[in-house]
Amino acid sequence: MAKELTKAEEFFLKKFHLNTSQLEQTIGKALGKQIDYADLYFEYRTNEAVSLEEGMVKKAAKSIGQGVGVRAVADEKTGYAYSDEITLKNLELAARTARYITTDRSVGKPVPVRSDVGLVGPDLYPIQTPVSQIPVQEKIDLLHQIDVLARRYDTRIKKVMASFASEHKAILVVTSEGRIVGDIQPLSRLNVTCIAEENGNRQVGSFGGGGRVDYSFFLEHRRFETYVKEAARQAVLNLSAVAAPAGMMDVVLGPGWPGILLHEAIGHGLEGDFNRKRTSAFTDLIGKQVASELCTIVDDGTIPGRRGSLNVDDEGTPTHRTVLIEKGMLKGYLQDRLNAKLLRMAPTGNGRRESFMHIPMPRMTNTFMLAGESLPEEIIRSVKNGLYAVSFGGGQVDITSGKFVFSASEAYRIEDGKVTVPVKGATLIGNGPDVLKRVTMVGNDLQLDAGVGTCGKDGQSVPVGVGLPTLRINGMTVGGTQG
Amino acid sequence: MIPYQDLVTEVLKKARSKGATAGDVMLVEGDSFDAQVRLKSIDKLSNAHEKRLGLRLFFGNRSAVCSTSDFSAESIDRLVEDTCYLARCTAEDPHAGLPEPAALVLPDLDLYDDTLHEWKMEDKIDLAVQAESAALGYDARITNSEGAGLSHSSRRVVYANTHDVIGSFPVSYVSFSVSPVATVDGTMQRDYWYSAKRKIKELASPESVGRAAAQRTLRRLGARKIATDEIPVIFDPETAAELIGSLSACVSGYAVYKGASFLAGKLGQPVAASSVTVLDNGLIPSALGSRPFDGEGLPTRKTTVIKKGLLESYLLDSYSARKLGLQSTGNAARSVGDVPSVSHTNFYLVPGTNSPEEILRSVKRGLYVVEMIGFGVNHVTGDYSRGAVGLWIENGELTYPVEEITIAGNLKEIFMDIEMIGNDLELRGTIAAPTIKISKMTVAGH
Repeated sequence: MAKELTKAEEFFLKKFHLNTSQLEQTIGKALGKQIDYADLYFEYRTNEAVSLEEGMVKKAAKSIGQGVGVRAVADEKTGYAYSDEITLKNLELAARTARYITTDRSVGKPVPVRSDVGLVGPDLYPIQTPVSQIPVQEKIDLLHQIDVLARRYDTRIKKVMASFASEHKAILVVTSEGRIVGDIQPLSRLNVTCIAEENGNRQVGSFGGGGRVDYSFFLEHRRFETYVKEAARQAVLNLSAVAAPAGMMDVVLGPGWPGILLHEAIGHGLEGDFNRKRTSAFTDLIGKQVASELCTIVDDGTIPGRRGSLNVDDEGTPTHRTVLIEKGMLKGYLQDRLNAKLLRMAPTGNGRRESFMHIPMPRMTNTFMLAGESLPEEIIRSVKNGLYAVSFGGGQVDITSGKFVFSASEAYRIEDGKVTVPVKGATLIGNGPDVLKRVTMVGNDLQLDAGVGTCGKDGQSVPVGVGLPTLRINGMTVGGTQG
Repeated sequence: MIPYQDLVTEVLKKARSKGATAGDVMLVEGDSFDAQVRLKSIDKLSNAHEKRLGLRLFFGNRSAVCSTSDFSAESIDRLVEDTCYLARCTAEDPHAGLPEPAALVLPDLDLYDDTLHEWKMEDKIDLAVQAESAALGYDARITNSEGAGLSHSSRRVVYANTHDVIGSFPVSYVSFSVSPVATVDGTMQRDYWYSAKRKIKELASPESVGRAAAQRTLRRLGARKIATDEIPVIFDPETAAELIGSLSACVSGYAVYKGASFLAGKLGQPVAASSVTVLDNGLIPSALGSRPFDGEGLPTRKTTVIKKGLLESYLLDSYSARKLGLQSTGNAARSVGDVPSVSHTNFYLVPGTNSPEEILRSVKRGLYVVEMIGFGVNHVTGDYSRGAVGLWIENGELTYPVEEITIAGNLKEIFMDIEMIGNDLELRGTIAAPTIKISKMTVAGH
């Protein structure tokens, strides 16, 4: 971690011909009598993507983005300005602009800053070679292998689309509290989509994964092949899917990616900004029972290599494992610096932003429920008539009313304790503060997702992770067409 | 003189000298401003200037795209090198290439507000505060607010290719919105309303937007769940536009040639009720989806997508058109760092003759949908299942609000089952529709 920090700091100063005293002066310019906090956020990122369709890698793209954002904070007010040209002149201009939130125009004194050597935890994503430095031909060959494997899986697989995307991002945060914190954040993702066709019936299946990992991650134990098989299996399975039921029924969620339930139903509502503004359905519920006693839910940004993990958040705060709900009791919120301060709570390392063009806000990292004691088979056996959902597309929540939805991409009916026919995509809808009170069984099979989640809030996208053990929820509305 | 003319010509020349057989450049430069006020005081202000250049190169039928925001000579050299290298790695694609050379036309579509830069900070903040105040003061049950936002941006788009085509146009965008929160018996509801235009003077008044936001929020208070049933469903213009938006995604040439659309292979066939006509028109003056030329330098135009229920045309750029043996419809969309894709311009359902009140009166028992959430739309199969918020219709009148329900069907049937189309079309965004009535959908509740 200490090494990462020095690397990022040296990189930015050298690349943009800046020195520490210039940073100190800029922070001073963003400060003034009425400004209680200011920071600079430098970012340099390289993105690369290759994709295959119709058996050809037709598309290859690479982009380089760089910039700096300057923030000034006065109580609840935030002023922000950014520029994609990292020069001293632009830094000063941005610092002045950020201060429009107050009427005071006095210039603050330079703030001495020093590298935060207190951050000496192990690097959560120590990769050997940036994935963007692996020759693009290797990635192209991988996509071709995937194409062949998918078509070999079943003759009904007619179209295969695969893509590999990687990002290598360096950040540096300089704060008016005198800290400099840097990080280097790799991120890669491999995705496979198959379309199966039979007698005019066309169905789609998708799977993917990744994280803050080396390229070799995708090759270990032929991990890419498991992605292919999952995508192809799902597409073929959906050929025989029947219309989903409509109405209230007991729902069993499979382990892993269905953890998106927690993300939508609970996670967003526990973000500090909504609670500070008192617009979340969870406002004032700390210390109250919001879930069955079987439920303990955490947000953990410190799991090595995960897509949602970070050494430090985008305000330079080290990430944490935050217990949100313990045995059903609401314990805490996810905080960035601003909202933590206004709510007189401690920052939890959840201040994140999409890029230098965005103001940080409280966001999730990896959000999951801890394992319970039931066997997954036992959970399914316990349901007389219900839905077993194992894979999902996206979800969404209305923070204020608490209503959330998420859409199944692979689901089955449960009849008399047995998993029977696959059903077509159905949307599940529920009420955040209520849904986990209906949890009656929690499996012993906690799984984290494979690493594809992206969360959108206020126009900003950030990578996240979710996880879940098999879960039984009594009475949820399933939005199919068969009444 | 076109801005950055020298830079873009130079980039293409360099690429040629490295062996590229063709290529094009997209450059976007612009300013943006964002203000958020909450409970009448400033919450966030953000100001920015940005620029980006994207280069696409062809080596025969191989191609790649690279982009950068750093315009220094060193960075541009590296951009050209990187693009050449990547392009040589990709596969020969017989359909790849620039569109046929065509002269760039630049109709004046009135897309730019040159007064935007003179707009004073105090006035912008004041507009947002007034809009929020109008909502907060509307009714005692409006107890809180997510705030009011005001944003504007102006951008200049420059396009050049190796057929000696070069052109540029400016666009601006300005909008504001209000999100009030209402409370009754300890439960909260929120909704919002907005105005988005090309020019300041076209914006709705802050009072009217604030009031509409308050009314929309209040009508959701005391919402209940309803029983699962098959009933007629009316979509208000906002949610009807979302439904039409799904259609726009399914007529994209890319979705069609990949077989990833339920409308693939359906040209000339009935895909909607015979009262349905859908247009894509990129030439409407000062509209949010208008542009003089598309992401490949081809002129935009008006395309009839559905005519009286028959699928007349897909939306195409030159690549997807070649794949399907058709002609481009001038719908190439281009984000600077990516290959062209397809997007609509102003995509809308042509209004019918019924007033929204008449449509309402035609329903004895049914649902009036005002918001949908979630992503339950499968473009491949047409399966549709969304979370919804609405108002219950009893004997032709709106009664109590309804929530925590889903509405489901299949787009194939939903478009066929459009029974009435309102006369209340308003182009509020790039996709628009009047009120519509679907004769029957599955609503799931308790």
